[in-house]
Amino acid sequence: MEKNLIIIGGGPAGLAAAKSAYDAGERDILILEREDRLGGILNQCIHNGFGLHTFKEELTGPEYAARYIKEVLDRKIEYKTGTTALSIDKNKRVTCASEAEGLMIYEAKAIILACGCRERPRGAINIAGCRAAGIFSAGTAQKLINIDGYMPGKEVVILGSGDIGLIMARRMTFQGAKVKAVVELMPYSSGLNRNIVQCLNDFDIPLMFSHTVVDIKGKGRVSSVVIAAVDEKLNPIKGTEQEIKCDTLLLSVGLLPENELSRMADVNLSPVTGGAVVDDDMMTGTDGIFACGNVLHVHDLVDFVSEESEWAGARAAAYIRGEKAKGERVAIGAEGGVRYVVPQYALRDGEENLKLRMRVGNVYKNVRLCVVCDGEEVYSKKCMIVTPGEMETVSLNEKQTRALKNCKKATVCLKAVER
Amino acid sequence: MKKIVIIGAGVIGCSIARELSRYEAEIIVLERENDVACGTTKANSGVVHGGFDAKPHTKKAWYNVRGNEMFDKLSKELDFPFRRNGAYVLCFDDTKWDGLKKLYDQGVENGVKGLKVVTGDEVRKREPYVSDEVKGALWCPSSGIVSPYEMTIAYAENAAANGVKFVFEKTVDRLEKSGEKIKVVCKDGDVYEADAVVNAAGLYSDELNNSVSSTKYKIVPRKGEYMLLDKTSGYLTSTTLFQLPTAMGKGILVVPSVHGNVLLGPTAVDIEDKECRDTTYDGLAEAFDKARITVPSVTKKTVITQFTGLRAHADAGDFVVGWAGDDLPLYNLIGIESPGLTAAPALAVQAAEDVADYTALAFNKNFNPIRKGIPCFATMTENERAEIIKKNPLYGRIVCRCEVVTEGEIVDSINRPVGAKDLDGVKRRTRAGMGRCQSGFCSERVMEIIARERGIDMTEVTKSGKGSEIVVGRVE
Repeated sequence: MEKNLIIIGGGPAGLAAAKSAYDAGERDILILEREDRLGGILNQCIHNGFGLHTFKEELTGPEYAARYIKEVLDRKIEYKTGTTALSIDKNKRVTCASEAEGLMIYEAKAIILACGCRERPRGAINIAGCRAAGIFSAGTAQKLINIDGYMPGKEVVILGSGDIGLIMARRMTFQGAKVKAVVELMPYSSGLNRNIVQCLNDFDIPLMFSHTVVDIKGKGRVSSVVIAAVDEKLNPIKGTEQEIKCDTLLLSVGLLPENELSRMADVNLSPVTGGAVVDDDMMTGTDGIFACGNVLHVHDLVDFVSEESEWAGARAAAYIRGEKAKGERVAIGAEGGVRYVVPQYALRDGEENLKLRMRVGNVYKNVRLCVVCDGEEVYSKKCMIVTPGEMETVSLNEKQTRALKNCKKATVCLKAVER
Repeated sequence: MKKIVIIGAGVIGCSIARELSRYEAEIIVLERENDVACGTTKANSGVVHGGFDAKPHTKKAWYNVRGNEMFDKLSKELDFPFRRNGAYVLCFDDTKWDGLKKLYDQGVENGVKGLKVVTGDEVRKREPYVSDEVKGALWCPSSGIVSPYEMTIAYAENAAANGVKFVFEKTVDRLEKSGEKIKVVCKDGDVYEADAVVNAAGLYSDELNNSVSSTKYKIVPRKGEYMLLDKTSGYLTSTTLFQLPTAMGKGILVVPSVHGNVLLGPTAVDIEDKECRDTTYDGLAEAFDKARITVPSVTKKTVITQFTGLRAHADAGDFVVGWAGDDLPLYNLIGIESPGLTAAPALAVQAAEDVADYTALAFNKNFNPIRKGIPCFATMTENERAEIIKKNPLYGRIVCRCEVVTEGEIVDSINRPVGAKDLDGVKRRTRAGMGRCQSGFCSERVMEIIARERGIDMTEVTKSGKGSEIVVGRVE
């Protein structure tokens, strides 16, 4: 079967991409969603705080998703739920399967990867101890409570202060569980500050920085965890161990873009973001394959996922019409405290004003976020504080965009504020 | 009909059950856990050893070489994954070549075929990620890899299909002589009176024997910690990489799994607690640091899980195989540590023949040696995938995205004979939850399927047996 545009993933990224591709004139669109309903991970995020940027109001996850689902339904965009994409290749051949329709094979003109991210599991962080039940990634626990209606445990320790972990600390407290501590390896949180205030401080849940879990005890079910302070090199300090009785350990230790399909299509991936390397059309190094949302880099606000994905959708539609620039590109580097910038390349002859998204590698106070083109600072923004937990956005105006697109070397970096 | 009771459903108990099912008898396997392959069998290197490592004229050497030769036919009959990938024993020191030569001579004496001493460059030609420090190696082409629990499940399913009865969550307390017969007394008070008992109780095989026999044994659990790498690290090696033992110790392995992962380990520490399955900070660090001697480019970034296994090390050193003495109809398999997995097929044939002789069993004319595994969606061609979904639409529903496991496979794993009862059981049979997200996405779906297929409540679904319930109740 043939399809102009296949969007893999029916979460916030895929929905926004579909809507804007349609609005850009594309009519032959198919969204593939592996779950039984559209909306992605938003469906299990029943807390509020979504949509402040996009809709100027506070929505819950399902409400935010519903707005975009309505946009997709209103446009009668085709979608298939319960359908998993099994493979894609660089010729944009997509195979997928569902219980209802069996194995399906599509030849697409363009593909948008919008398949989101997954949580880092216990194994990836090498915590020693038992393998008893009661160890969950925070998102799995969230799904069990909010979708299935089951409590994962009663006495909880949370490792990692990522947003889902913070949200779950509050959620489990609401449900009568005792959250004994949130333990964070780094000297700062990777979550949003507002979540620390609203989810921990308001409930007197201790947040312990520079600590980690060094042992998990229990037969059958977790019975306690041992935590310890860590040194500057993040190694546990002997003698600082303390045992906390609990039946549950939640892990909120980072999200990883899920790029299994991307690899099949030889999509070039960034070792820093874990997602594709893209140009300012959100196109990957593989012609006609675009990426947006958490599969590209992990966002902290869904509003930015939607914005980025709408842009990807519009550009994919332009690509299908044959309007995509194929010319030269300029690399946008990340230096001086900035860990990464997306997009990693800007097309010389693109037209729109550039929007750059980035994360820093540490907590910095009183700095300027600068865009430097061939040694000349074309953009600068003062920041009281930047943290790894909050994504920064730089919107370049027309003149700044032109300067960047015409330079030989562009970088984004942090500079100290001169006094 | 004669009654034979096998105690223990690890690879030894299950392989003997299958070989004994070639005879007419009432065969019962008693297992304290809720599944087969729950002890030493599920947590080891999965290596089918060539047989150069065991001292000549030991039972270990004899059964290792014979067992190894049986794997090709057996893996086809029972449909479990096995590959002869070959192994190197790496020598990092120019002065230790005599160590390789000694292993070579020992292997030849044990009857291992195809052994060759090669240079470091020859090793790196085949395995380019092996350290430049490797000066030479012993090459053993007959070495292989197997999935130990899938092999055991295959044996158990075939045994069950041929009439063997499995009783789970049944802990044996002691054995008692009962005239010509022997009584198996269980912790819950149940008693089985058997014409012969096979002691395949692994770590507890000493206590079981000692409860009735005048010859006493002692098992010392030898703990080994492992790290498992994601399939994206599969390029590191396709062959099994041993380190030549040095004064610093035995060294550890870097070994591919039949499914394309890479395993680092095991450490070796003698401990007291037969129930200890914990990994330790120091143990994992040792496994990783020693693995890096073999493949310097290995990184912790691709580690997806860690685990601990206990080897049933007997103080005697060699396998104990045979009748317990004292005119007891008790057949012992004690101290079946490495190369026990490799030896299992040969040990099983021997044990079954001895028991059948002793109890004068007739052949089972209906014995069927063939077992078919669960059709594996992940490894199918597109046409095969299309076909199987047509036949069973549940194969169109992908539950575990990392390992591409379908609901069809999970349902099959629960409903077949000796089927899965919980998350770990499903995982061992289908690989659901075995991948890089380590069941973050699929565990809740698999729980639902288990609850539905077994007709139990979600709160009753366990990870691995009683006491490992996953959720504690409903949200109020």
